[in-house]
Amino acid sequence: MARLLTLSLPALCETWAFQYAYDKVIWMKSCLVVDDSKVIRQVARHILETLRFEVREACDGRQALDSCIASPPDVVLLDWNMPVMSGMDFLRALHATDLPKRPKIVFCTTENGMAHIRAAIEAGADEYVMKPFDRETLESKLQIVGID
Amino acid sequence: MTVRPASRPDERRLSDQGLAIIAALVEARTGQEIAPNRVWRVETALKPLLRGSGASSLDEFVSHVVAAADGVLIDAVVDAILNNETSFFRDAGVFDQVAEAARIRAQEAGGRMRIWSVGCSTGQEPYSLAILLAEKMGIDDPAFPEILATDVSAQALNRARAATFSQFEIQRGMPVRRMVEWFEKRGEQWTAHPDLIRKVQFRRHNLASDPCPAGKFDLILCRNLLFYFAPERRHRLFDRLAGVLANEGLLVLGAGETVIGQARGLVPSERFRGFYCRAAEDAGRT
Ligand SMILES: [Mg+2]
Repeated sequence: MARLLTLSLPALCETWAFQYAYDKVIWMKSCLVVDDSKVIRQVARHILETLRFEVREACDGRQALDSCIASPPDVVLLDWNMPVMSGMDFLRALHATDLPKRPKIVFCTTENGMAHIRAAIEAGADEYVMKPFDRETLESKLQIVGID
Repeated sequence: MTVRPASRPDERRLSDQGLAIIAALVEARTGQEIAPNRVWRVETALKPLLRGSGASSLDEFVSHVVAAADGVLIDAVVDAILNNETSFFRDAGVFDQVAEAARIRAQEAGGRMRIWSVGCSTGQEPYSLAILLAEKMGIDDPAFPEILATDVSAQALNRARAATFSQFEIQRGMPVRRMVEWFEKRGEQWTAHPDLIRKVQFRRHNLASDPCPAGKFDLILCRNLLFYFAPERRHRLFDRLAGVLANEGLLVLGAGETVIGQARGLVPSERFRGFYCRAAEDAGRT
């Protein structure tokens, strides 16, 4: 403790203890952004970071699944059409896992027809964002799923 | 070699005089004031009109507006400026509370409740309310409240009656399950089911100058509207709203608004936090 107090303020802020306490107090939520488009991932990251989210990225469903198994985020922003593993296949695979905590799933896709939206709901998606989206839309959807 | 044009005043900016004219016009038509920090909104709102007008600058456009003999251009200007940002279930917590208050009031008062959505713009607020009530009590319940929604803008009301929203509008604040339950997709637009549309009655009404709708209301939503009026006029409008609020009726304001220090006839409700009701000494008199 005495050692801690001898640290300068910037140094103190770098300590693990401080970071841990800071995250506990501020309670940063985590979001996994899954999209094969780099631009979309960047746009989403930018918005989410201004909403104080800790952001991780994945380029396809397979990477997303690995990421969720390693450490489940609070919410997944999920594209539909991706190479390797689609958003739908990711969702089914996620349900087949025995994760202790299931992240909220927010689809975020150009598929904006009623049939797609209904299929996503049936597959267990919590919310649905139709691209293009803006900050207000994303923010309101995160509020709706209770992650804000 | 390129020759740069001599610098000239920015034609997309409104001069102070131009702004004063527009502000006076809006106030004369609607009673609403344009706060200095909303000037950018005026410029943004007028730009699309400027493009279609043939005028070369915003100030020149203002002179066209003033010279226009018919009211059409003036209406378009006022509509563009008042086009408030709105969303479904804005401040979602308020809606849950409103639905709960409506349920309790309906039980106590019996019969059909009356709700007034003041400044409803393109209809997101009254439709959100109708959806919530339909979920709580069933859309065919004979006691389903009467919902009156008013706005000063005829253009906004036309859109509200059509209940047709762009992709941006529909998903802002609207939970996806409610969207697929209550709306149908036509092309790129989303239109509310006729059953839902029928639950809301839209009427043009200027809160500042028209007499209030007849009768008393059990619930009045007037959110983020009175904020735009000068304090003096705001006091009078609060009195008007108090005058049509039923005994035990509730007034709902925007998240950052209060009646405290603004209205004699209204006090914070003790039963419903964040809502307002008529002051006790006033309540016995009707
Ligand atoms: Mg894609």
